[in-house]
Amino acid sequence: MAATTPADAKMVAQQFPTTPRAGRARHILGYWRHPVAQAIFKAFLTVFVTTSITFFLIRLMPGNPIDIKIDELTKDGLMTYAEARSQAASLFSIDLDKPVLEQYLSFVGNLAHGNLGYSFVSQGTPVMGIVLAVLPWTLFSVGTGLLLSFSIGVFLGLFAAYNRNTKIDHILSLGGSIISAVPNYFIALLIVIVLGVELRWVPITQMRGATSPGIQPGFTPAFVGDVLFHAALPISVFFLSTLGHWILGMKSATINALEEDYVNAARARGLSDGRIMTAYVGRNAVLPLVTQLAITAGLAIGGSIIIEQYFVYQGVGLRLQAAVTQRDYPVMQGILLMVTLAVVLANLAADLLYSRLDPRIGRAGGATGT
Amino acid sequence: MTAAALPRRGDRTLPRPIESAIEFLRLLSKRPSGLIGFIGIVFFLVLAFVAPIFVPNQVNPDVTALYETPSAQHLLGTDNSGRDVLNQIVQGGREIISVALVTAFLTTLIATLLGAVSALVGGKFDAVFVGIADIVLTVPPLIVLIVISALARPTNFFALAMVLSSLGWAGLMRQVRAQVLTLKERDYVEAARSLDLGLTHIVFREILPNMRSYIVIHFVLAMTGAIYAQVALIILGLVPFSGKNWALMLYFANTQGAFYFKDAFWFVFSPILAIVLLQLSLVLFVNALEDIFNPRLRSS
Repeated sequence: MAATTPADAKMVAQQFPTTPRAGRARHILGYWRHPVAQAIFKAFLTVFVTTSITFFLIRLMPGNPIDIKIDELTKDGLMTYAEARSQAASLFSIDLDKPVLEQYLSFVGNLAHGNLGYSFVSQGTPVMGIVLAVLPWTLFSVGTGLLLSFSIGVFLGLFAAYNRNTKIDHILSLGGSIISAVPNYFIALLIVIVLGVELRWVPITQMRGATSPGIQPGFTPAFVGDVLFHAALPISVFFLSTLGHWILGMKSATINALEEDYVNAARARGLSDGRIMTAYVGRNAVLPLVTQLAITAGLAIGGSIIIEQYFVYQGVGLRLQAAVTQRDYPVMQGILLMVTLAVVLANLAADLLYSRLDPRIGRAGGATGT
Repeated sequence: MTAAALPRRGDRTLPRPIESAIEFLRLLSKRPSGLIGFIGIVFFLVLAFVAPIFVPNQVNPDVTALYETPSAQHLLGTDNSGRDVLNQIVQGGREIISVALVTAFLTTLIATLLGAVSALVGGKFDAVFVGIADIVLTVPPLIVLIVISALARPTNFFALAMVLSSLGWAGLMRQVRAQVLTLKERDYVEAARSLDLGLTHIVFREILPNMRSYIVIHFVLAMTGAIYAQVALIILGLVPFSGKNWALMLYFANTQGAFYFKDAFWFVFSPILAIVLLQLSLVLFVNALEDIFNPRLRSS
């Protein structure tokens, strides 16, 4: 669910609830209650739960992919049930003869070693290789688009809050609402049908793919330019679709920050408006938005499944779409796990960054002062 | 901090529906964008649920009129098999809006109950559910939905709504919880507690009625999320719907290669416009609601 409202921006203020004083055991528990420790624990837990649910879906659900694969292999009569079963098991890297608990443990063990099984469709290709070939392109386009929209959106939001109820504020706020109401995949589709097909302003067919065929990878200007040329459309979509969120979020956070006592105190001390805006208001208002970066990245990566299909950009979304149509379950599972891992790591980085930026968070034992 | 700050007026302790509806429209009419959003929502509800009664469903393809551009006979042109696009737009809103309504209802119900109970019970129960909500918030929702749909293949629209709401509740649950944590310090909740009125009474009689505005806002927000996710799933062909439906039009347009066919512009653009305008109406309306319920952000 896209967080598009000021109320959502406030939610993040509660991200780190005030921890109660832990009494005598405080300095021992202090490390556990330290937000950084909690963030790391949360990241581990998320990966663990996703892994377990994936295992459950793949292995234990009625009509699960392993049963389907066995059915498929035995249907034409070329293979006995036992043979089919062992082949299906090897495709998923699961030993079906062991008890379920041991299967689960070996599944987790395989994952920990980076073994995500083998593709159904391209026989013998490890899933890890497939995912690692496409994931960087998506992370690059989503990351670039998000960082651009974050920096520009935060600036515009601050600007709108300082010019509250002026024409510019109304245009920015309404524009932000409008653009955040458009689903990101429709921005991509509108670029294709309006700018690409109808007006022919954008050469959409030449921009397909992650790179042009035959170009030599390396840190040459030609290669970097080519990569940017092909990523330009996905980056623009991720930029546009998240821009409104930052404008509205930053505007409401700034308005709240402007009413804080420390801003009045800074004014009373005669600090310049510019200094108050950057060091006092802006800095405090932007903090809660930092933790939203990772969640927004997760939403953007989700949208990339359709966006990359429309632009034929060879990222993780296009690959997942192919895996879904081909019912290539190991690849689907691998993409799900690796994307979750990427988003969890981004979340962790945002949490750590947050605790660096906000000195109130960095202290062990709580006092997070929300 | 409270989005649920209710308008404090003495005469609203016993709200009469009509009186509060008039008051609401009066407040809304002061906010042009909110009013536009409200009119848009009413328009789409009428278009989706009332208009199909009067407009016959055109099923037969017409091979003499493939991919026609807009004309007096076909205001929005025709599709790949010669069917009128405007007719499909009229027929195609019902499913989308129904799924959005059911999903928003389930999402709000789960989130509000879990959030309120978590905040009131506290302790381990609270910690466990906040943890689950954190995890649900972290995983990329659309990817998980796609994998679940590819495995579970929801075939009817209630199943789709269940799948959608299984991931949509987490953000709202955390906000409701935070909200209830502040509400529960209020005197009337303390009073109910000391009278030992029980958890059900406190949740349904004391807390939730005071969060009405807040719940309404999030119901609308949940609708926008549900529309975003279900349209994505249908566009990807993961929900085997067969009726007429805006998102399904785009799925067929894609499989027919109509995106790259200049004459098919209105066939592709019309459903996009319908969905975007519906989303926009909901967002503008919800912005106005927040404005009305939260005086701190009130701009005039």
